[in-house]
Amino acid sequence: MGPTFGRGAMTQSWIDIKNSDVIMVCGSNPAENHPVSFKWVTKAMENGAKLIVVDPRFTRTASKADIFAHLRPGTDIAFFGGIINYIITNKMYHEDYIKSYSNASYLINPGYSFKDGLFSGYNDKDRKYVTDSWSYQTNDAGATIKDATLQDPACVFQLMKQHYSRYTPEIVAKTCGIPQAKFQEIAKTFAATGAKDKAGTLLYAMGLTQHTVGVQNIRAFSIIQILLGNMGIAGGGINALRGESNVQGSTDFGLLAGSLPGYNNLPDAAKHPTLAKYKESEVTKTGFTQNRAKWLISMLKAWWGDNASADNDFAYHYLPKNGAGFQKSGYTWIALFEAMYAKQIKGLLCWGQNPAVSGPNSNLETAALEKLEWMMVADLWKTETAEFWKRPGVKPENIKTEVFLLPAALSYEKQGSITNSGRLIQWRYKATDAPDKAKDDLWMVDTLYKEIKALYQGDPNAKFPAPILNLNWDYGQEPDSKMVAKEINGYTVADKKQLASFAKLADDGSTGCGNWIYSGYFVGDGPADNKAAARDTKADPGGLGLYPGWGYSWPLNRKIIYNRCSCDTAGNPWNPQKVLVQWDGAKWITNDVADFGAKDAATGNPITPDKTASAPYIMLAEGQARIFVPKGAIKDGPFPEQYEPVESVIKNPLSAQQINPAAKIWGADKDKLTAFGSKICPIIAITYRVTEHWQTGSMTRNLPWLTELMPEMFVEISPVLAERKQIAHGDWVTVASARGTVSARAIVTERLQGFKLCTGEPEVAGMPFHYGYTGLVTGGPDEDKNYSVNQLSPHVAEPNTGMPEYKTFLVDVRKAVT
Amino acid sequence: MAKAMLVDLSKCIGCRACQVACKEWNQNAGEKTENTGTYENPPDLSPQTWTKIKFVEQNSGDNVKWLFRRMMCQHCTDAACEKVCPPKAISHLETTAVVIDQEKCTGCKYCISACPFNVPRYDAADNKAKKCTLCIDRISNGLIPACAKVCAPGAVQFGERSDMVKLAKARMDALKTKGVNDLRLYGESELGGLGVMVLMTAAAEDYGFPDKPSFPVSVNLWQDYLKPLTIVAGGGGILAVLVSFIGSIGYKHKQEGGE
Repeated sequence: MGPTFGRGAMTQSWIDIKNSDVIMVCGSNPAENHPVSFKWVTKAMENGAKLIVVDPRFTRTASKADIFAHLRPGTDIAFFGGIINYIITNKMYHEDYIKSYSNASYLINPGYSFKDGLFSGYNDKDRKYVTDSWSYQTNDAGATIKDATLQDPACVFQLMKQHYSRYTPEIVAKTCGIPQAKFQEIAKTFAATGAKDKAGTLLYAMGLTQHTVGVQNIRAFSIIQILLGNMGIAGGGINALRGESNVQGSTDFGLLAGSLPGYNNLPDAAKHPTLAKYKESEVTKTGFTQNRAKWLISMLKAWWGDNASADNDFAYHYLPKNGAGFQKSGYTWIALFEAMYAKQIKGLLCWGQNPAVSGPNSNLETAALEKLEWMMVADLWKTETAEFWKRPGVKPENIKTEVFLLPAALSYEKQGSITNSGRLIQWRYKATDAPDKAKDDLWMVDTLYKEIKALYQGDPNAKFPAPILNLNWDYGQEPDSKMVAKEINGYTVADKKQLASFAKLADDGSTGCGNWIYSGYFVGDGPADNKAAARDTKADPGGLGLYPGWGYSWPLNRKIIYNRCSCDTAGNPWNPQKVLVQWDGAKWITNDVADFGAKDAATGNPITPDKTASAPYIMLAEGQARIFVPKGAIKDGPFPEQYEPVESVIKNPLSAQQINPAAKIWGADKDKLTAFGSKICPIIAITYRVTEHWQTGSMTRNLPWLTELMPEMFVEISPVLAERKQIAHGDWVTVASARGTVSARAIVTERLQGFKLCTGEPEVAGMPFHYGYTGLVTGGPDEDKNYSVNQLSPHVAEPNTGMPEYKTFLVDVRKAVT
Repeated sequence: MAKAMLVDLSKCIGCRACQVACKEWNQNAGEKTENTGTYENPPDLSPQTWTKIKFVEQNSGDNVKWLFRRMMCQHCTDAACEKVCPPKAISHLETTAVVIDQEKCTGCKYCISACPFNVPRYDAADNKAKKCTLCIDRISNGLIPACAKVCAPGAVQFGERSDMVKLAKARMDALKTKGVNDLRLYGESELGGLGVMVLMTAAAEDYGFPDKPSFPVSVNLWQDYLKPLTIVAGGGGILAVLVSFIGSIGYKHKQEGGE
């Protein structure tokens, strides 16, 4: 979503789902995995909304759907592409919206082309695109050339129309396995939200992202939402349901391998060797990102204080740079474990994670842990990762890795903020002390830093000690999360005054700010200054469920981002019943915080709507949403294109390119793949979560009230497959891929069905990823077995994010020999 | 005013938060279970499990339906268990809750045999019958039952009985306009009105409820004729009558096809 709209975040809030007219659930399962969100889905349905569920399985969410379709895993782009084609063919798009608020009218460089699955600029040696030809046409003055009529064959709208004209209902049926009539029903229902006063939304999660085309899956739906004018309005948007209580917070703070806090790109060794070079490529001339230097330099000031000054480029050279790493693969998940497996990494700090269960191809990844000299695990329980050295099938005496297990405090045993769906930052107070010697994470980081610093200080041979020794690090003797929060919010360097918002940040070193997007959430020491702790349940301007007084949604407490798009260019709301912002002729009425210039900061005078009509997507240089993403902001194509999963049962019906040409495939000895056409593993596997367990189960598999509900590893298969394999309800079966095997109980159910495709009717096997080999329950009765499904999944990755393809690979299912 | 619970199965998503909340509030232990080829677990109500969701799959061609049913005490107005309880341990309270006084319960199991919904369970550990109390300790203190408190989609509601009926009727009207058939507010009048009414979108039997719940004739027999005798008479003379009576309740129960 970042490259399309400017921000990589859920655009709405949970409550806003109630404002939708049509809710599409694709790649998520809210009734099971986000049950609280279903309160708002239910509310919307009570108000007359339709629920569409598209999934490889009939889920608990599907049980409540108005329309349900089985979709073959890994074919979301064919499905979404079909909807794009339907919208264009039937002229159901919101014409005013795309003309004003998207790049539909932009002309594209004549060098751009798309032929038989490949975009222009492909280099098959390194499986990468040179993206120069994916660019806008400009005139001599450097301005983009546009065709407001959308008729020029080189304009984005026409190129899109041509690209998706191939995605016919027949192709959708053959590729996805959705019958044509069912597909038409879905397309018609969702496309109806192209009406000016209607809103449609998408609820998605890992079912769309964990593919070798994960980013393009979201891109495809983004195009649908732009075409229908569903972005920036109440009840619209794209809702990335966050699967972990603080996962939005973690990406906000740079836990993505390619970003710094606040989504500033991590400097690249080749592209950004100096601060000047970084500014040259990252600070735009138009759009809000022209302020990026202020955000980066304020962060450097927060990190290195007096040791960051104009004289030393604000210590820019202290920052780690992307572009190196094992086989130049960067620092994404698979790359790190491949590097460990190749003995390129000596130690691992493993914090609140359980990679022995959650990582793909876990037989490789646990073998990689054996190659480490040491590993620290901070967790509540002895996880599979902490005990990988005595996992089934290995001899502990042969494993040399030294493991340190630090008992950690639970969320209720510490204070601080979490950020999740809706970009909502919420403060939590400590309710009780942690048991025994368990410590909170902040204490661990603080202690670790102080020890490391002491070691560096005493070591004359220390390599590059400055970034450690010069850190601006003082959160108290016993570290205080409020002091961290104050640094995140930002302050003036001279008098240490908290800043009111990121508007006050400067690029001359006079301000420090840990994360610019959070600026304004912790503005002082007074009781009302911690805005994440605000708990007003009453004020609800507009009656839309925005509740601005509950917590704080970055940026600037905007509940629905890009909300300028909820009005026409003159500031009249598309839907007068659901007003986020409105120009009343003299000023803006703002039920939500305006995500555009509504008032002049200096004079306080209203800014008329014409001033913001051409650039509502303020975080993009163009100011307009990108149907076509130019210049390699996405590495595998300016338009989403359907490719098969790396392990697939059929030939790509769309083109000669079988898989994503830019997908990253690894080649260690344990990286085995099932070749296309192999008869050994003919069944499509999918993995998922259930309501009753959480992630790798390290918390939930130790709670008897939850283990009684879902005690054992299972595989869901159709009665057709069960009959073919002579498998009965509740039998123990073996599921095998090219990489490993796992035992599971069979659940035979018509909720799963084979897919009627162009060739054959492949069957599907669905498995949860919650089980392993430690804890109160492991997943089965046998102590010598590992019940983790990720023994089966492959090390293949999406080119932009490095996301593993957990959601579709090939297996066989056999009755277990007893 | 009488209170009531409404379980709106058209909204239930089978997340089982009610199951966990029940155990948490009542501090009932988790059970050791196995996966027998279904999401449903524990396999049955028990002295430790007072409510559970039953998962029912219905298939016809390409159409799959997945029904979720709440199994729990229905808190009948005409409560058979109350009528048959020899030590009068079971009472139907003003709050609507039908509760077993654990102090008075002698473990005779009559309530188990008499219940038209097959709800109470015998606990050999302390020789008592156990079942849902409608969170009597919460509702007597102005709180709603734990299961209602945690139900995310709002399928479990608790309040004035008249409000619950109104809520259910409005919901049924809305569902009707969406084309949902087979609607029924189960318990509006059954057995004098159930304290836990159920809004169904399929036939009662599809969920495993008796279509017309009633209690065995022998319960009335017991209530009106035999029970008074136990008060005046004692000892072996009446034993034979009792044995025959218990047998008749058991027989009747099977005949009515309880679970």
